[in-house]
Amino acid sequence: MGEAYGAVMPANAYNWIAVWRRNFLAWRKVALPSLLGNLAEPITNLFGLGFGLGLIMGQIEGTSYIAFLAAGMVAISAMTSATFETLYAAFARMDAKRTWEAVLFTQLTLGDIVLGELVWAASKSVLAGTAIGIVAAMLGYASWTSIVCAIPTVALTGLVFASLAMVVIALAPTYDYFVFYQSLILTPMVFLCGAVFPISQLPSSVQHFAGLLPLAHSVDLIRPAMLERGADSPALHICALCIYAVLPFFVSTALFRRRLLR
Amino acid sequence: MNMSTVTIDLAEVKKSFGDKVIVNKLSFSVARGECFGLLGPNGAGKSTIARMLLGMISPEAGKITVLNEPVPSRSRVARARIGVVPQFDNLELEFTVRENLFVFGRYFGMSARKIEAVAPSLLEFARLESKADVRVSELSGGMKRRLTLARALINDPHLLVMDEPTTGLDPHARHLIWERLRVLLARGKTILLTTHFMEEAERLCDRLCVLESGCKIAEGKPEALIHEHIGCDVIEIYGGDPYQLRELIRPYARHIEVSGETLFCYAPHPEQVRLQLRGRSDLRVLQRPPNLEDVFLRLTGRELEK
Ligand SMILES: Nc1ncnc2c1ncn2[C@@H]1O[C@H](COP(=O)(O)OP(=O)(O)OP(=O)(O)O)[C@@H](O)[C@H]1O
Ligand SMILES: [Mg+2]
Repeated sequence: MGEAYGAVMPANAYNWIAVWRRNFLAWRKVALPSLLGNLAEPITNLFGLGFGLGLIMGQIEGTSYIAFLAAGMVAISAMTSATFETLYAAFARMDAKRTWEAVLFTQLTLGDIVLGELVWAASKSVLAGTAIGIVAAMLGYASWTSIVCAIPTVALTGLVFASLAMVVIALAPTYDYFVFYQSLILTPMVFLCGAVFPISQLPSSVQHFAGLLPLAHSVDLIRPAMLERGADSPALHICALCIYAVLPFFVSTALFRRRLLR
Repeated sequence: MNMSTVTIDLAEVKKSFGDKVIVNKLSFSVARGECFGLLGPNGAGKSTIARMLLGMISPEAGKITVLNEPVPSRSRVARARIGVVPQFDNLELEFTVRENLFVFGRYFGMSARKIEAVAPSLLEFARLESKADVRVSELSGGMKRRLTLARALINDPHLLVMDEPTTGLDPHARHLIWERLRVLLARGKTILLTTHFMEEAERLCDRLCVLESGCKIAEGKPEALIHEHIGCDVIEIYGGDPYQLRELIRPYARHIEVSGETLFCYAPHPEQVRLQLRGRSDLRVLQRPPNLEDVFLRLTGRELEK
């Protein structure tokens, strides 16, 4: 049994690149609409909530609400773009388009494919997160260097949420199940993790729980980076995110073996 | 067979889904350079066996060796030297023909330069030179099938596993694929082919294995199987009541099968049978040499659906 699972893990450190490049080639053909679509929602939120609520909220944690929100939006967009890429695009490649089946005819393993898909989804997070950062910087709510500092965390956040979504698509029989994941897990996380308002507004028992969620760790790293402050215990947050990225990777690869290689 | 010349070896392989047995204690081996056919009706287990050779389905009992690698534990290593034509195409529809070859070549770790070097000859082999920059979604079914074949050759495989390579193609396209496969055999490739076309099996396969419900019911060279199980001309008779006719010609036939409204009569002396039927203008009588279809009918008592 152990041998069977060993045989589906990544075969080496670079096989996944071929999967990433396949997705990049497909994306290049639709890059412009894809970018605009990715950006429209977070930017609308930034302007709508930022200006609207900004008037009511005034200063928050020693900065303007819109600057506070911009950092949260970077984290949220990293989360949503990796999640959606995995739930919809990767699921289609695994299922209806049978792209993964073709890859499994070659020397790649399932683990190579999953890894390639994760890094690809994280790349899209970097794209989306950076774009919002650029908008925030142009409006003067973040410095250009701070955007660069935030990118590694944005990438890690993308890996985390792609990895979690991989478990969902490994288990879901059809698209219809994704909505549970989105509305029961992701949407609450947006409000619990300090992305749109400080976590200190929550009841203290909820705060403890919320602090364990992956998005909270991302926000706690991205916001200080964008506001050019020192983060509290960054090593802890990075470790937590790494665990959230790595464990679901192994779980989903094992689940895919059961689903696809009977 | 000498181990180094055995390309595929299955020993007592078993697989079931739920409590339904799909492959039942199947054993066969394929020598290097051979074209081996798996022949059987829908649901016989052909695709399941093809996927087992690739490590995409694990047998629950028995041993599989492909290109000297144990499968599925080291199937990844074996797959580096295998080309696959699946039953249903899984090409990249949004990509062009050339891009499909590129993307697939990269999965084998080939450099862009290496792919560029082999792509033109593959396109020529598949007669797709003029379609290199056309999106796959715009190709006809036969062209897609040829592209799948070209794609399967990108890693210069020793072994080709082809699951019904010509199903759904018109006769012209089918003959084109057969001709291409013969070229590959002449180059020394080993081919495992599944099919339910008797003609395809007879034309291409050096040896074949006839399956029914996951069990091997015959194995051997096509001519040998035909000779062994039939060995005489076949007279097909339709029209009229087959059971009544059977009584009429029974004394002159070695064996008679009724399938649907057709009567198959295996007769060492066909002229005697025809004599019995003279003047029966309601009947249509066809005399022909025996083929694999007859072997299947003889062994299972029913026709292999086309
Ligand atoms: N994943 C599966 N779960 C359950 N049963 C399956 C599965 N895959 C195949 N089967 C069953 O296994 C049997 C053999 O299927 P297989 O696809 O190998 O047949 P085949 O010989 O390739 O048929 P065809 O000529 O129609 O392609 C069929 O009865 C099919 O219903
Ligand atoms: Mg089949």
